[in-house]
Amino acid sequence: MTLLGPERFGDADRTLLDWARPPCSHEGVGRADEERGTPVGRRVVLGMVGLGALGVVLGRSVQDGISALAAHDPTGLTSLLPGVEGFRYYSVTASDPVVSRADYRLRVTGLVSRPHTFSYADLLALPQTHLTRDFQCVTGWRVQGVHWSGVALPDLLDAVGADTTAPAVLFSSLDGTYTESLTRDQARRRDVLVATSMLGAPVTEEHGGPVRLYVSPMYGYKSIKWLGGIQVASRVVPGYWERLGYDVDAWVGRSNGRTDAPTS
Amino acid sequence: MPPRPDAADGTDDDSARALTLLRFSRGERWVHWLLAVLVGVLLVTASLLYVAPLAQLVGRRHLVAQVHVVAGLLLPVPIVVGWLWSGALRRDMRRLNRFSASDWQWLRSSDRRSGRLPVGKFNAGQKLNGAFTLGFVLVMLMTGVIMNWPDSWPLSWRTGATFVHDWVAFAVFVVVVGHLYEAGKDPTARLGMRTGRVPLWWARREHGSWADAESERSSGR
Repeated sequence: MTLLGPERFGDADRTLLDWARPPCSHEGVGRADEERGTPVGRRVVLGMVGLGALGVVLGRSVQDGISALAAHDPTGLTSLLPGVEGFRYYSVTASDPVVSRADYRLRVTGLVSRPHTFSYADLLALPQTHLTRDFQCVTGWRVQGVHWSGVALPDLLDAVGADTTAPAVLFSSLDGTYTESLTRDQARRRDVLVATSMLGAPVTEEHGGPVRLYVSPMYGYKSIKWLGGIQVASRVVPGYWERLGYDVDAWVGRSNGRTDAPTS
Repeated sequence: MPPRPDAADGTDDDSARALTLLRFSRGERWVHWLLAVLVGVLLVTASLLYVAPLAQLVGRRHLVAQVHVVAGLLLPVPIVVGWLWSGALRRDMRRLNRFSASDWQWLRSSDRRSGRLPVGKFNAGQKLNGAFTLGFVLVMLMTGVIMNWPDSWPLSWRTGATFVHDWVAFAVFVVVVGHLYEAGKDPTARLGMRTGRVPLWWARREHGSWADAESERSSGR
C-alpha cells in the first residue's frame, strides 16, 4: 500500500476542500476504493452554500412572491409555509413590560395645554376608531386584514389640547428603550391609532399590550409596543431602529428600499 | 454523555472483541455527540423563538435568543477541531464525500437493504446526510450572522437571510427526525456511536464492503 496513491495528485476533481488537506496522509493506509468516486458530498455542500447565498440576495423577492400567492390561496395551505402568515414577535429588550390593564398609565406631555395621564379606562372612554388594515414588517412578513381599535391619535391630541403647530410627536415604550416619532402631519392622520384592541381582542402582552401604537401606513417598527409616553415636541427624534439605519418616514412600499403594496 | 474510550487497542486476546470492528474513534464520537447536543439546543431554542405558543409559554426571549446564537456560533467548533485533530474523522469525511456507481444504484433501488448492492462504511443515505449536515451548518451560520448583525449588510439581505434560515431550519428538523428514526430502528448502529465498536455480523450485513476490507486489512498484515 502506498501512502500517496496515483489518484492523489491526478485527481481532476481536486478542489477547495483538498487544498486544505495535509499534503500526505499519516493514517497508515492509502486511499481505499471508498475514498474514490464522484465527490458528491462536496458538491452538495458547495451547492447548499451557493443556494443559501442566492437565497440571501433574492429571498426577499421570493418571499414577496410567496406572500402574494398566499394572499390569493383559497385552500389556506400556504399558511403552513414559514414566514407567510401571522405576526412574528420582536422585542428589543431582555424582558417585556408586564402591565395589567388596571395598572396601565399613558402620560401625554410636551407642547400641550392640558398634560394628562390616561388610564386604560380613560382611553376606552374617548371616541373609538376601528380599522381593518394589513400589518407589514420591514423584515418582509405581512399580516393581512388585522382588525384594530382604539383612540385615533388626533382625537387623543385634541383631548389634551396639543399645539397644532408643533412639528412632531414622540413616543416612548414602557420597556424603557424603544422610542418612535411622527411628524405633525403624520400624527394627525386618522389611521394612526393608540390601539387598545387588535385581532378582535384586547392587545395581548406579546403584541405590546395593554396599549400600543398602530401607524397603519407605515412599517411595523413605527407601531411602538407597550406605549407608555407621548410627547408633543418641536422636532422629530429618530427612533430605536431609525438610529440603526431604518427610514424615519417609514411609508410602506416607499421607504427602506422596499416595494411592498401600501397598507393604508 | 462523553464517549467511552476506544475499545480497540490492537490486541486480539479477547476473542469476543475479535468479532467486532472499530467503527467510530473516540474523537469521532465526541464530534458526533457535541454536535448532537448543540443541534438539540438549537432546535429547541428555535422552536421557542418561532412557534408562537411556545414563545408565549416560556418567554425570556432575549435569553432564549442568546442561547440560540451562542449555540449556533459554537456549532462549527466540534467539526473544525475534530477535522484538525482526528485522522479517523478526516478519513471518514473523505468516505462520506465520495459516491461510487453503486451508491447511485443503492439510492434508486427498492431493495437497498437486501445486501445485493455493495455498501461501504457508509451507505449513500448516510453520505447525503453527512453532506447535508456540513452544508446546513455553513448556511445557517452565514444567514444567522446576517440576521444577528444586520447593520453591515444591505437591508434586503436581512429578509433574504431570514427566508433561507427559516426554510433550512424546517429541512434540518425533518432530516434530524429522520436520522433519529433510522437510529431508533437499529440498536446495533447506536451501539457503534456509543462505544465505537460494532459486531462483525452487523458490519457484514449493513456495510459488507467495509467489513470485508477491514477483515482483509487485519488478516493481510
